[in-house]
Amino acid sequence: MTPETIDRIFIIWKHWLLSYAPAGVQPLFSALLSVVPVLAVFPLLFAITTVLERKGLGRIQNRYGPNRVGPYGFFQPIADGVKSLTKEDVVPRTADQAVHFLAPLLLVAAAFLAYAVLPVGRNMVVANLNAGVLFFFAVGSLVELAVFMAGWSSRNKYSLLGAMRAIAQMISYEVPLVLASVVVIMAAGSLSTVTIVNMQASYTGIWPHWFVFTPWGFVGFVLFMIAATAEANRSPFDLPEGESEIVAGYYIEYSGFKFALFFLGEYLGMFATSGMAITLFLGGWAAPFSFLTWVPSYFWFFAKLLVLIAGFIWVRGTLPRLRMDQLMNFAWKFMLPMTLLNIFVAGTWHFMAAGSVRWLVCAVLIFAPSVLLALGLEKGKKKIAARTYRFAE
Amino acid sequence: MLGEGIVKGLAETARNFLGSYVSKDRLTTVQYPEERLPQIEAARNFPFLVYDGEDWQQGMRCVSCLICEKECPPKCISIEKSKDKKLDASGKPQFYPTVFNIDVSVCMSCQICVEVCPFDAIKMDVDFELSTKDRFGDLLWNKERLSKSNEYYREIHPTEAAAVDAQLAEERAKLEAKSKLAAEAKAAAAATVPAQPAVGATAEK
Repeated sequence: MTPETIDRIFIIWKHWLLSYAPAGVQPLFSALLSVVPVLAVFPLLFAITTVLERKGLGRIQNRYGPNRVGPYGFFQPIADGVKSLTKEDVVPRTADQAVHFLAPLLLVAAAFLAYAVLPVGRNMVVANLNAGVLFFFAVGSLVELAVFMAGWSSRNKYSLLGAMRAIAQMISYEVPLVLASVVVIMAAGSLSTVTIVNMQASYTGIWPHWFVFTPWGFVGFVLFMIAATAEANRSPFDLPEGESEIVAGYYIEYSGFKFALFFLGEYLGMFATSGMAITLFLGGWAAPFSFLTWVPSYFWFFAKLLVLIAGFIWVRGTLPRLRMDQLMNFAWKFMLPMTLLNIFVAGTWHFMAAGSVRWLVCAVLIFAPSVLLALGLEKGKKKIAARTYRFAE
Repeated sequence: MLGEGIVKGLAETARNFLGSYVSKDRLTTVQYPEERLPQIEAARNFPFLVYDGEDWQQGMRCVSCLICEKECPPKCISIEKSKDKKLDASGKPQFYPTVFNIDVSVCMSCQICVEVCPFDAIKMDVDFELSTKDRFGDLLWNKERLSKSNEYYREIHPTEAAAVDAQLAEERAKLEAKSKLAAEAKAAAAATVPAQPAVGATAEK
């Protein structure tokens, strides 16, 4: 088998399977064959990620992490799955039954919908939409609805507080998330994810043309990842869950498999935004060097995805949770100006002649305002005096 | 500098992550069922009844004085005193417990029974793996199950057991000397004036 065939192997299999279907049902069958692998692969990735995350966090804290179930504890997700399936599904008597039931389903459905436009390999995308990026963010907003449904229908003060926090956070960070990706749309001149990846899949010498290797692309990528962390409700932006203050937030009243669905939806959302970051900035399925193009394209996509997931885990193991006002200040006072500035820099880049001057100008245009902005925010902070204890001497 | 603290933190966690694979000292976890820490001598978990010699019924030190039963804060000890007396390990006729039960699930390991026992008959064990599948039968330990030999006590608490042994030996020696003295006096009295001691004895009372 040539590398070409291995790269196309899933497409070949699909066509081979499709040839057995009668002509009338072929479109439906084709859609099914595209969707089922997504429904199988990403939950599997979720299972692997949970155990890797727990082991990674354990090592960061100098612990072993799970190591009881199977070799090195790698069958832990199976045990977790059995546990969550066999647990009693408690629904509060005062809860809005229908909405309470639908919220986790909607969350997972919305998370899965986002995968429709992610090209996981060369010619491997469920739907090549003209407005793929737009579709992605539109579907991503559905998650907020699901979260609020969960928080509201539970009729619990903690879940409602968690949902409120989640809504405030997700809407705030959706703005920088979208604005950070606008630079790529400007550069590619297209909203189609497939076109965006194809633009990055060429090389100068051995170096790829990924957007992350430009000043605006790099800053855009960093901003996108920060916003993606907040969108996925992951540490350090995990206020909506906040175990220590609002005891798991909007899914406090969920147990058993519904809770597992929330968990799944959250991770699927994280993978989807990571996949979008890969598509927009890290060249999608394109190999990092021209001499590695013989490796199948889908391998590169998942390798990059795993690297980003490792980054998420690393950050989660490092940073403490933000306070609500810090979170909001960061979104509106730092992220938003930076993304707007980045759009301006991307425009400057577009209209300047290629060369080192363009690099320098754009780098300075981003670096100097960001430092000034950070210093200004630092200055504006109220200094808190050392606390005096009047009674506890 | 912007984000300096974050970079520092990331470096620290990365050092921990990689270091835990390289140096064994970082992983302080003792993986319990397979690995165990050596038990410290002062460890205590649940009381047991000490017996001297080979036979646990014969050598039981407990004389059923019921002090531990009364003192036990959660009231987990139940004792039934015998009607008759039996010779203990030192050959003295003593009462003995016909029933001596301790409820494992109620005991709070406070060691008060050990503190109050005047006969050094009840001591603390170090065995802590007492979980059982039988909820009712297996949690109420009877006399037989509670009895453990003095040798075992010496093994688990060497220092403490040595002190107790020395004290008991001293007491026994004193007792023997006293009884010997009494016997001698008795013999002497019997030899000199046979009628007098009876009067003296009543006067003493």
